[in-house]
Amino acid sequence: MPKIDTSLFEIGTLDRLAAGNTVVHALDPRAKLVATLAFILTVVSFGRYEVAALLPLLVFPLALSIQAQIPGPYLLRKLLIASPFAVMVGMFNPLLDQTVLLHVVGTNVTGGWVSFVAILLRFALTVTAALVLIATTGFAQVCMALTRLGTPRIFATQLLFLYRYIFVLTEEGLRMSRARALRSFGHRGTGLKIYGFMLGQLLLRTMDRAGRIHRAMLCRGFDGEVRLNRHLRWRRKDMLFVCGWLGFFALARVFNLPQELGQMLLKVIP
Amino acid sequence: MHMADALISPAVGGIMWATTAGLIAHCSRKISTTLEGSRVPLMGVLGAFIFAAQMINFTIPATGSSGHLGGGAILAILLGPHAAFLTIASVLTIQSLFFADGGILALGCNIFNLGFWPCFVAYPFIYKAITGQNPSRGRIVTGAVLASIAGLQLGAFSVVMETVVSGISELPFETFVMLMQPIHLAIGLVEGLVTAAVVTFVWKARPEILSMARGVAVRTAPSFNGVVTGLAVAALVTGGALSWFASAHPDGLEWSMAKVSGKEELDAPADGVHGMLAGIQEKTAFLPDYAFKAPEHEAATPEGEAPAAWPAVDAGTSTAGILGGAMTMLLAGALGLFLKKRQHRA
Repeated sequence: MPKIDTSLFEIGTLDRLAAGNTVVHALDPRAKLVATLAFILTVVSFGRYEVAALLPLLVFPLALSIQAQIPGPYLLRKLLIASPFAVMVGMFNPLLDQTVLLHVVGTNVTGGWVSFVAILLRFALTVTAALVLIATTGFAQVCMALTRLGTPRIFATQLLFLYRYIFVLTEEGLRMSRARALRSFGHRGTGLKIYGFMLGQLLLRTMDRAGRIHRAMLCRGFDGEVRLNRHLRWRRKDMLFVCGWLGFFALARVFNLPQELGQMLLKVIP
Repeated sequence: MHMADALISPAVGGIMWATTAGLIAHCSRKISTTLEGSRVPLMGVLGAFIFAAQMINFTIPATGSSGHLGGGAILAILLGPHAAFLTIASVLTIQSLFFADGGILALGCNIFNLGFWPCFVAYPFIYKAITGQNPSRGRIVTGAVLASIAGLQLGAFSVVMETVVSGISELPFETFVMLMQPIHLAIGLVEGLVTAAVVTFVWKARPEILSMARGVAVRTAPSFNGVVTGLAVAALVTGGALSWFASAHPDGLEWSMAKVSGKEELDAPADGVHGMLAGIQEKTAFLPDYAFKAPEHEAATPEGEAPAAWPAVDAGTSTAGILGGAMTMLLAGALGLFLKKRQHRA
């Protein structure tokens, strides 16, 4: 889990990036959501030994992030932080799968290494696509797109509330954590008992806050149903965006584009 | 760390997403019809609380490492199963979108693994059964610890199943299970203790919160929970561990057939209906003879060898026992529900 003081910073950065003003930011959030979901499904549908065929799909996150001016090092850093699980599970493949698949420059490459590289590539593609989606769309818009696409309204409301109050509660948690660190001289009071008291206090304050929020909402006319109020217009460029990318994904899935390119080059070069 | 997209096949991801979406729709409907409006901000704020709590660590005494709260059990205790499931789903969604902790396709799997088991299995059948209407400190601790352990074991097992069925990782089932289950036993214990600590604090400081939460949670039929829980635990223990002690000698039928015909099992004709059905059975039996399929290239043991070691400690037998027990209970439960519904209509 991310540390408490850096995580606020992370959510804040994505929020700031989502407030940008490029062509990609102006697209309908539903279009971006559908394209990203289709992208992830395409990547995941490849077989376990296909590495070269995945490479053309790098175009999608690269093009969007460059066009939306999302800093590359930022994406790379988040990718690295998120990688342990995939690396730890995929790491066993080279050990367990010893069947030789290719000969490259005189050395034998086993299936295990090929599938490990494939896992890493799939991981990079899917995670970057999700990050680019949030960095170009913003969380509130994604929730709205989800409701328009059929998610129950109460779940979208829950997501929005959660997002709003994460900032408030993580700040409180950060203050408590810092206070404990200042008084504990390294190890006193960092055990389970004090932790239980701290969390219990935070929880009681949380529930009181929820009561105040509810009364404030009632004072402002809340009647139990949450209405999300924004205009979403589906324009021609959104249709072009979705159809264009979906067509490209289908092409990359059906034809092994790097292989075709390589064969064409071999015919041309004497 | 939650499951990543890179390790899931589209089929597994799609099925788990469909299941999770169905559960979210069901819980949303339940909440909007039964709970009052004050639950809406409470769910959001408690979700943020879990988020904040997950970032504060405490040191575990003997190991020098640190642990933190998971959250499923506490939410179920404070909100009831349906609201807790939605809250956990929302926390995991934000973790996946903002922290890349778990992929979008894998989100369906993660919500199921971390939300369904604590809210709909561990909480009603273990925690509520143990603490009942008048909780005492000992009961809260026991209930929280057992419920957390059970929820995490089931969740970890689901992760293993989803990864193995997807087929992208080469990790064999037994190795993965033997890695995941013990670690999550320890994690479950820690989580149970943390949950117990927080719930005890709330119970001592403001007990009306707990009784209010219990009052709003959906009521199940009284006094069956203890029986069902006892039977389920017995089935788990029997299938998981006691099956190792199953006798290796032939049973009554095989013994009599051996005396009469010299063989323990008769050979069925290899063609016709017998052959076709045997082929089908061979394909569908994923745990033939209550153990894992022996890989084909292993040499077959010669007949008439000395009987195998007893008790036969075997991961395959345990899995067969637990899975068989679980499937039987599910089928029995489904049949019971079906009959009850027919009775209502009659």
